[in-house]
Amino acid sequence: MTATPLLELSGVTVHLADRAGATGARKPVLDGIDLALAPGEALGLVGESGSGKSMTVRAVTRLLPGGAELDGSIRFDGQDVGAMDAGALRAYRDNGVGMIFQDPRAHINPTRRIGAFLIEALVRNRGVGRREAEARAVTVLTEVGIDDPARRLRQYPHELSGGMLQRVMIASVLLAEPRLILADEPTTALDVTIQAEVVGILDRLRRERGLGMVFITHDLDLALAVCGRVAVMYAGRIVELREAEELHQRASHPYTLGLLGSRPSIDERAERLKAIPGRPVSAFESGPGCAFADRCAHVQPVCREVRPELEPFQGGLVRCHRVAEIALQEVQA
Amino acid sequence: MTATADTVDAVSVTDLTKVFRVPGAKGGHTAVDRVSFTVGAGGSLGIVGESGSGKTTIARMLVGLERASSGSMAVAGRDRTQPARRSAERNRRARELQIVFQDPYTSLDPSQSARAAVEEVLRHHTRLTPSEREVRLTELVDQVGLTDRQAGARPRDLSGGQRQRVAIARALAAEPGVLILDEAVSALDVSIQAQILNLLTDIRAETGIAYLLISHDLAVVRQLCDTVLVLRRGRLVEQGACDQVLDAPAEEYTRALRAAVPVPGWRPGQ
Repeated sequence: MTATPLLELSGVTVHLADRAGATGARKPVLDGIDLALAPGEALGLVGESGSGKSMTVRAVTRLLPGGAELDGSIRFDGQDVGAMDAGALRAYRDNGVGMIFQDPRAHINPTRRIGAFLIEALVRNRGVGRREAEARAVTVLTEVGIDDPARRLRQYPHELSGGMLQRVMIASVLLAEPRLILADEPTTALDVTIQAEVVGILDRLRRERGLGMVFITHDLDLALAVCGRVAVMYAGRIVELREAEELHQRASHPYTLGLLGSRPSIDERAERLKAIPGRPVSAFESGPGCAFADRCAHVQPVCREVRPELEPFQGGLVRCHRVAEIALQEVQA
Repeated sequence: MTATADTVDAVSVTDLTKVFRVPGAKGGHTAVDRVSFTVGAGGSLGIVGESGSGKTTIARMLVGLERASSGSMAVAGRDRTQPARRSAERNRRARELQIVFQDPYTSLDPSQSARAAVEEVLRHHTRLTPSEREVRLTELVDQVGLTDRQAGARPRDLSGGQRQRVAIARALAAEPGVLILDEAVSALDVSIQAQILNLLTDIRAETGIAYLLISHDLAVVRQLCDTVLVLRRGRLVEQGACDQVLDAPAEEYTRALRAAVPVPGWRPGQ
């Protein structure tokens, strides 16, 4: 990569304090995450429960749970996020990154009007006048497809539907003019037709403004639709990283293949879905070797003993000892 | 079961309507508006719709958690439009139709092991002797793919997928002719969802049980159902065979619903 990445993670590892709070006992939840995001690029993080996709975003914003230990480095626009003092960290969270979560209702104060929520940061952090701030809020609400924005500013969150409120959330992020959006399952709680609208708005505005985005979802096809590249995570590690356009054709890691086979198709009924046996594990439950070994149809003794590295394979990166042999079998099959 | 039971529809619903009273609003809110459908014996119907479509209200009326405002419902040919008056009638209805909810964590007793939860149903709804019950219990635990150790565990020590297996075993213990699956695979991880969908397919093939699947997910409906009914704001939009409704939707709303699902090559805003 030639230019400075907007966001760069190297060897990011997170340990959480054990539930009992026992000193010394720490559970890994993220294990050696390496990622680079160019300005204006959208990257998808896809995985199941315990894969570490949300924890990655929390590490990026330094919003880890109490007692968590972070190793490795996170750089935003060349700055070391881990070394930021309180002032720099606040500026980074205010104007560097914008966050969109699954449930907007949990992140918008229910007792205050939409207008107050939208202009607060502008007025307090940027010294923008109230009137000017309101005018900007109206403009942005229009951009996210909300009718009659002046009236919406006077409404309370409970008067808006989930889809409307998520648009308000996107508007609030855009008002802060960040360079990076972190979207954690932003449409999971929405109806499918509303999801299509909200994702469409987010995608268009992000492109228009040249914003970087990390998009977290359990829905692989949704990630492929809005991201240039997609990282598939399992047990706190990236197991495959690929251009979104090529993923369906070139998916190589047995877990990625398993995810693709698990999802039923809207076009035809499968005799049986190619389910992956067992259940997803977290990083702290996995042994010394490949975390997917226990569920993998291609497992060999080496898989359980030696941790595979994330290595180039057919235009992407794959973490699997047997990837070349498996690809050959797939071709022959 | 009588000899004629096989020819009787598993579920038959006619002009089913539910109006909720809303303070201050005249006439109330019509959540379900004259909906009719049938599920043949051993059939599988998917009811799809978005929030507020009334799909869950229909399920709640069928199990007796809500009372129908008008219209009629029958399961295995027996009317259940009016609430059950006697416990014998309630028990019989429970043996005819069972339900599995989205989140088994809230529908299972936290203090009860999986085995005990299933056994309770066997004791209540069957006349098996203790030794027969033991055999049947092992059979059910096996059928849903739980290990002995998992069967002895309490809900909090099980994963979401395992808990859903317990809920399915518990529902099957009553040997119902119909199982309502109310978003029963929606909260599961993709790889676990596939296991449960395969399990449900197997169970239907083995037992001839009928399914009524309430879902927002068209792909899940296609995988599990023969027929589908599309609901919007309490009204029926379209119904028919899955391949017909999903491949060649007659209604604009069904087309929009289908077009909104991210599939390979899908782009937002197009």
